[in-house]
Amino acid sequence: MIKSELVQRLAERNPHLYQRDVEHIVNAVLDEVGHALMRGDRVELRGFGAFSVKNRPSRTGRNPRTGQKVAVTEKYVPFFKTGKEMRERLNDGVDLGD
Amino acid sequence: MGGKTVTRADLCEAVYQKVGLSRTESADLVEMVLDEISDCLVRGESVKLSSFGSFLVRQKGERIGRNPKTGEEVPISPRRVMVFKPSNVLKQKINQALAEAE
Repeated sequence: MIKSELVQRLAERNPHLYQRDVEHIVNAVLDEVGHALMRGDRVELRGFGAFSVKNRPSRTGRNPRTGQKVAVTEKYVPFFKTGKEMRERLNDGVDLGD
Repeated sequence: MGGKTVTRADLCEAVYQKVGLSRTESADLVEMVLDEISDCLVRGESVKLSSFGSFLVRQKGERIGRNPKTGEEVPISPRRVMVFKPSNVLKQKINQALAEAE
């Protein structure tokens, strides 16, 4: 499913809304999550999962082919941890642990 | 870095501010967005949201794990897991914003 299909499905479930409004809703949700991560905040959506940002400090890496040292700068990577309910739903309602 | 936690209530507020819906309806719509994404993944379909990222479902086979406390070997049963792959746009935006904040 891509974003336009998500909008389409939501529009079908909400015939009283304009498709344009549904698009704005989906974008508002995704933007809010994105902006939170840009501030370094965590986004916790119970049952679904949690988004956070992890810091990867700068390090000296190596080109695996030549063995040459290369400086890798510090970076931030978005991280997602699946929620408990979602984990269970993916496995026929069984909680298999982390 | 940040330190605040954004929840459903904040997403509802964002929808309420940007679209002319009631608070109750904004909350319902946020829930529907998450439900549609979840249902899709449960069916085994991936969800690609351009400029945000993709949610994928992966099938994991059985493997041997270890209890880190006792060192005891335990089998980890086969399962389906969901992964989030952030888009390059999102990764860039986060790096830019947080590098400037330092």
